[in-house]
Amino acid sequence: MSSTTINLTLKVWRQPGPDAKGQFETYQADRIPTDASFLEMLDIVNEHLTLEGKDPIAFDHDCREGICGMCGAVVNGRPHGPEKETTLCQLHMRHFRNGDTIVIEPFRARAFPVIKDLAVDRSGLDKIIQAGGYVSVNTGQAPEANTIPVAKENAELAFDAAACIGCGACVAACPNASPMLFVGAKISHLALLPQGRPEAAKRALAMVAAMDELGFGNCTNHRDCEVECPKGIKITNIARMNREFLKAAFVSKVKL
Amino acid sequence: MKLDAKAPGGPLESKWERHRFELKLVNPANKRKFQIIVVGTGLAGGSASASLAELGYYVKTFCIQDTPRRAHSIAAQGGINAAKNYPNDGDSIWRLFYDTIKGGDFRAREANVYRLAEVSNLIIDHCVAQGIPFAREYGGLLDNRSFGGAQVARTFYAKGQTGQQLLLGAYQAMMRQIALGQVEMFPRREMLDLVIVDGKARGIVVRNLNTGEIESHLAHAVVLATGGYGNVFFLSTNGMSSNVSCCWQAYKKGAGFANPCFIQIHPTCIPVHGDYQSKLTLMSESLRNDGRVWVPKNPGDRRPPKDIPDSERDYFLERMYPSFGNLVPRDVASRAAKRECDEGRGVGPTGRAVYLDFRDAIARMGVAAIEEKYGNLFQMYEKIVAEDPYKTPMMIYPASHYTMGGLWVDYNLMSTIPGLFVLGEANFSDHGANRLGASALMQGLADGYFIIPYTIGGYLAGTPIEEITTSHQAFKDAEKEAAAYLDRLLSMKGTRTVDSFHRELGHIMWDYCGMSRNNEGLARARELVRDLRQEFWENAYVPGSAAEFNDSLSRAIRVADFLEFAELMVLDALARRESCGCHFNEAYQTEEHEAKRDDDNMRHVAVWEFAGEGKEPVLHKEPLEFENVELAQRSYK
Repeated sequence: MSSTTINLTLKVWRQPGPDAKGQFETYQADRIPTDASFLEMLDIVNEHLTLEGKDPIAFDHDCREGICGMCGAVVNGRPHGPEKETTLCQLHMRHFRNGDTIVIEPFRARAFPVIKDLAVDRSGLDKIIQAGGYVSVNTGQAPEANTIPVAKENAELAFDAAACIGCGACVAACPNASPMLFVGAKISHLALLPQGRPEAAKRALAMVAAMDELGFGNCTNHRDCEVECPKGIKITNIARMNREFLKAAFVSKVKL
Repeated sequence: MKLDAKAPGGPLESKWERHRFELKLVNPANKRKFQIIVVGTGLAGGSASASLAELGYYVKTFCIQDTPRRAHSIAAQGGINAAKNYPNDGDSIWRLFYDTIKGGDFRAREANVYRLAEVSNLIIDHCVAQGIPFAREYGGLLDNRSFGGAQVARTFYAKGQTGQQLLLGAYQAMMRQIALGQVEMFPRREMLDLVIVDGKARGIVVRNLNTGEIESHLAHAVVLATGGYGNVFFLSTNGMSSNVSCCWQAYKKGAGFANPCFIQIHPTCIPVHGDYQSKLTLMSESLRNDGRVWVPKNPGDRRPPKDIPDSERDYFLERMYPSFGNLVPRDVASRAAKRECDEGRGVGPTGRAVYLDFRDAIARMGVAAIEEKYGNLFQMYEKIVAEDPYKTPMMIYPASHYTMGGLWVDYNLMSTIPGLFVLGEANFSDHGANRLGASALMQGLADGYFIIPYTIGGYLAGTPIEEITTSHQAFKDAEKEAAAYLDRLLSMKGTRTVDSFHRELGHIMWDYCGMSRNNEGLARARELVRDLRQEFWENAYVPGSAAEFNDSLSRAIRVADFLEFAELMVLDALARRESCGCHFNEAYQTEEHEAKRDDDNMRHVAVWEFAGEGKEPVLHKEPLEFENVELAQRSYK
């Protein structure tokens, strides 16, 4: 963990508000320790901007250990930057070289309006969950836990899908701004478990409909989402979602 | 300040049942007439919002993040305890109760802790029904593992992401209620003040973080589930936006603050490596199930770990605590690691680290089995440290993690302000002076799913609450004061950033009120904190305005509160003239350097009452009675 430092040039998207016109600004980020995370690098830049009397760069972040899903920006054209399966807060500056120029933009999608600079509004993802991304069980009604056995393989597949952090990188990566990796992950997680089956048809229909209404696009198999997903969510989940959707649309009696 | 714990009498096993029966009920048709504000959307706030809405209350929920799925509970890794006794290894509600109360060094209320153990099993049932993908055995039944401070395997887990999965369960339950119109969600809001009318909590004033607008929200009761104050150390395992501010506002409005010096130092964090660092990352305690903690026997041994033969390694936890080994509770493991480093046997570039070694476990179980159990934790470590823990031992060091102190609450989880309920880490109850692993998730969900839905009804049914609107003078005054406060912060025209003050405060607190404390250091810390607070108001600079997205302003509010709170924490540490759990005052220790309690004089909850700006807070005591357990010296040997 011995740290060296590097000097960088940043081209950062600055946009004062949702309706304001944005533009790239260039900043010098000098003596950045290579052990710092990308967000810590931005912290350092912001300290300098503040002391120079300039407006610090707005960006979203919270846990800084890669699990809350709040951070995220497009770094050199890639959501969460160049490292595979890595959120922006876990991207360390040792992956950049001295003298590099780094272009930093917000996640871009019509359904993710910019709030300020790199912070975007991803509440559309919550609205999709509200459409049916849950098991309808009120507190206090549950049977004894071990009366619902789940095959180990299914529990693990469900877990792999449930590991989605809802950061929206899949939307930002997709040329169609499709959230289908996110939606597919939730539909798969619940469809793979016995608890989720009773509502599976309704869930698939409602979540897909919500996605369309909110202005997200559809999947056309570019697979960019899978490449950029910081949690390694697989597009097989989209396939499972499509199967659930088709089954619901053509075979089930459920209508929205 | 009157501290009536309202713990019901009678045998321990039937206290909760009796209390539930005695609580007044709100008629189902009347529930919709009550509005409840919930601040915070972690395990406690999310589960409370969902459960209260399911009952028919109208719930307004607030969080500072962009969505309620981000709360810091999401980062909890290891698991959640319950007394199911599935592994048939002798667990019971009584044993979970006993381990928890002993683990907390007998500084928690018996009735609360027993209730926690009692509802733990319901939590697992409910979470399974929600579709939480807990780890399973091949037969399809739930799997368990063990955690520090326990000799049974009672921890349910979803790989190393249990907190995430449980939080998403609560979040989804809440999303369902939003769709049904029972919960109204207000993301990106920060509470600026608690509004009290006729002595009762009636609402909050918040700042919309997107626009800067100040809003008033009215309710019949307010629930705070805003987490802990570990970020007082600047570097902690907490999310960046975790803060003490909501609790501090409530304290200043008359809520007692209990045991602020009880703060858990977690033994297995990735060590600090630079001045610019913004946070510490915890490696789950579950790793100590298979990882062995050691340091070189010879101080200053700089050889790479693989070159140090077994005969020159000191597996100090196994040596000192043979019956619990690497799974001793967190306070014990943390202090042992600190002692090794203080005596010069620490490893890594700074010498402030010990090894957590999987060599033997990999040899025994194979890489695949280790990967299945801890894969994501190993991956996370490698990302941060750039070393492969499959090949070379992890380096770990203690760091500030969870806070056992918090707002004082009675058995109903109500603070000393009528109508103000406090859940999860934000309250002080259940964990005493030290929290055992896998118990935070349990308490958050117990409070939110299974306790507040009953006790809040008792309050609402039994209390006359006047119908008012947000045009009430109390709201107008609170809005005006909040706006004036923001102006005051923005008009400081100093030369230092807010973060630089926070970092300095963190150093003071870690050095003098951290893993071990002494009376001279605490007295010094008090002076240093006061000086720093004075300098903050003279020399800090907050850019931008209040009428916009302004993260610097949010941080300034939180740091200003930490600068006040830190002094209370130090004061509490000084007042607790004993060592217990995580509070280790060097003046009170056994010959073997273990914590030495003073049950005769210190068997109480220390509750602080705000006496006004610049005045000494007043100390009240809730004596702790132990009718069911014998107070014993904790021994993990």
